[in-house]
Amino acid sequence: MDYFLQQLINGLTLGGVYALVALGYTMVYGIIQLINFAHGEIFAAGGYMGVILLSFLAANGLMETSPWLCLGISLALAMGYCAMLAMAVEKVAYKPLRNSSRLSVLLSALGMSIFLQNGLMLTQGVYDKAYPIAFTSGGFDLGSLHINYMQVIILSLTAGLLIALNTLVFKTRIGRAMRATAQDKVMAALVGINSNRVIATTFAIGAGLAAAAGIMVGLYYGSVRYDMGFVPGIKAFAAAVLGGIGNITGAMIGGLIIGMVEIFAAAYIPHGGEYKDVFAFVILILVLYFMPTGIMGENVDDTRV
Amino acid sequence: MTRESRKYWLTLVIGLAWFLLLLWPLLGINDDGTLSFAPAFAVWIRVAVVVSILAVIYFAKKQGWLDPVLNPAGKAAEEVRKVLAAPPLWIYILIGAALALAFPWFTSRYAQDIAISVLIYISLGLGLNVVVGLCGLLDLGYIAFYGVGAYTYALLSIHYGFPFWVALPFAATFAAIAGCFIGYPTLRMRGDYLAIVTLGFGEIIRIVLNNWMSLTNGPNGLLGIDAPAVLIPDFSDGFSLEVFFLKNLGYLYYVALGLAIFSIVGVYRLNFSRIGRAWEAIREDETAAELMGVNTFRFKLLAYAMGAVFGGLAGAFFAARMRFVSPESFTFIESALVLSMVVLGGMGSIPGIMLGALALIALPEVFREFELYRMLAFGGVMTLMMLFRPAGLIPAKRMGKRSDDED
Repeated sequence: MDYFLQQLINGLTLGGVYALVALGYTMVYGIIQLINFAHGEIFAAGGYMGVILLSFLAANGLMETSPWLCLGISLALAMGYCAMLAMAVEKVAYKPLRNSSRLSVLLSALGMSIFLQNGLMLTQGVYDKAYPIAFTSGGFDLGSLHINYMQVIILSLTAGLLIALNTLVFKTRIGRAMRATAQDKVMAALVGINSNRVIATTFAIGAGLAAAAGIMVGLYYGSVRYDMGFVPGIKAFAAAVLGGIGNITGAMIGGLIIGMVEIFAAAYIPHGGEYKDVFAFVILILVLYFMPTGIMGENVDDTRV
Repeated sequence: MTRESRKYWLTLVIGLAWFLLLLWPLLGINDDGTLSFAPAFAVWIRVAVVVSILAVIYFAKKQGWLDPVLNPAGKAAEEVRKVLAAPPLWIYILIGAALALAFPWFTSRYAQDIAISVLIYISLGLGLNVVVGLCGLLDLGYIAFYGVGAYTYALLSIHYGFPFWVALPFAATFAAIAGCFIGYPTLRMRGDYLAIVTLGFGEIIRIVLNNWMSLTNGPNGLLGIDAPAVLIPDFSDGFSLEVFFLKNLGYLYYVALGLAIFSIVGVYRLNFSRIGRAWEAIREDETAAELMGVNTFRFKLLAYAMGAVFGGLAGAFFAARMRFVSPESFTFIESALVLSMVVLGGMGSIPGIMLGALALIALPEVFREFELYRMLAFGGVMTLMMLFRPAGLIPAKRMGKRSDDED
């Protein structure tokens, strides 16, 4: 039972990270029906910005005095950086293609993903880059369960960001504009919504969440790598599809499910650890086969599929 | 200066400033806690100069300032095209075939090695072209069939001593089965979902190859695969047939050439057969095709299987040439590479794909000293192509627009 609970917490942690990345996919897909392949690379860039900023702060001696402040600053700056990166990608690779065929945009996204991944490799090197500190060391015991601080950070930060996002989407002006644009772009433009700005904002918000996820993954595993974005990116997309693409609640649930399945498969199925990456894809294929619109239903207009 | 042109230059300046802002943190914040500006600025200034020059040329062309220069150049190009178009097509095919046949006689090992790679990728590109270019099904996991073909031959050769030629049909069959296996559940999906599911399938196959230690020897790969062999008559001792292994690159080149020609002829015949027309109908408008009596289910499955056959054959040859296979060779990036050949050359266009394979395999070898920037340029070119020439270098003649693109 304790083992089960321990795995449950691990699964929630990983699932929270997937959910954060999945939100970026689902929001972008909801608005412009594009699989933003470069999103995984934005996630990796976030992880790298975390390393760079935390190393910088640590080398200047700020880490000993106030580690939490350092984490906060790095998180905020990395989220801002990735938002800018995503807006640049959108402007260069997607905006000029707004009216061309879907295949062109998809390939443009693929090209951007390869470009960014290699840009990271060229500027940061091919080897793993280690985070300067490990919040993982500390922890507390809850009965016979051991929960480390990193898991607390990830779970609380994920929850906080999800609540913030929900507020943003359902309670603010820009959120309403986003929902309107997702529902009907032409109609939204007619009532005075600047769809270009809404799309850029969507990219920026998604990228900010991905950057936070990248830092958390980096902190959790202790290092980042230039190609760390690809597989989590695809899994997060699987999560978005699983929950019903375009559906924000769905993406959260999908992320949690994918994370849980991965951890439990690794824990309970023989050889599950080696094949843990397979399960996300198998779930994706099964869901698309039996429920083509995902668990929570698709939230984009149905002229498309 | 008009308002339009002011906006153009303003965009350029903002873009460059934005780029500096993105570049600097990656190069300027050091691990030892210092800040440096020189490296980021050095990179930025180079990019800025190149981009500015390109922007000036583009602007000048748009404004019509270059017409006096471009007009004669365009006319000359037109003349050359007319002269080239005068002799019938078969003359060019003949010249091309003669050059291809004579190639190993006057080239180095290195050139032959690259030529073999180009020929393998031509087969792969043409196979993917059946799925993407003709049938309009975006497949991001195509390299899985290449892997299936390679491992089929590798295992048959190592465990059962199958000769290359006998193993070829098996490689093609297994790849076709894998094609149906992947095709079947994805037939209900279109467009983006299909892309992501095929990507998932490709990853599944790679992960299985990587972890099924008892069968595939995992990441260490399989060694000891036989090269292709031919039987040659030996008269020294009466008459007997001698087994001769084609280990020399020059001989392997001819096998690859044969494979490529088989693919070219095969895809050409498929393209202009009833089946090819049915595929194109599905690509243009699936609903209309179905209404016209095309069995879309069967033809889509057939497209997967046929595309996989070419991939499987290419894979078997790859295993025979390297005499070593490992999952490293079947990553997503290879799928992307083959896909971009098809797209760069022009989807559905056979000469286009040949040009695409040549451009993406041979050109990077010419610029070897920029090896590090290869994939960076590859990604960038893919995006730029979509922006400026989405139909590819040599667009297919029969190509329409999918109806569901128009919303």
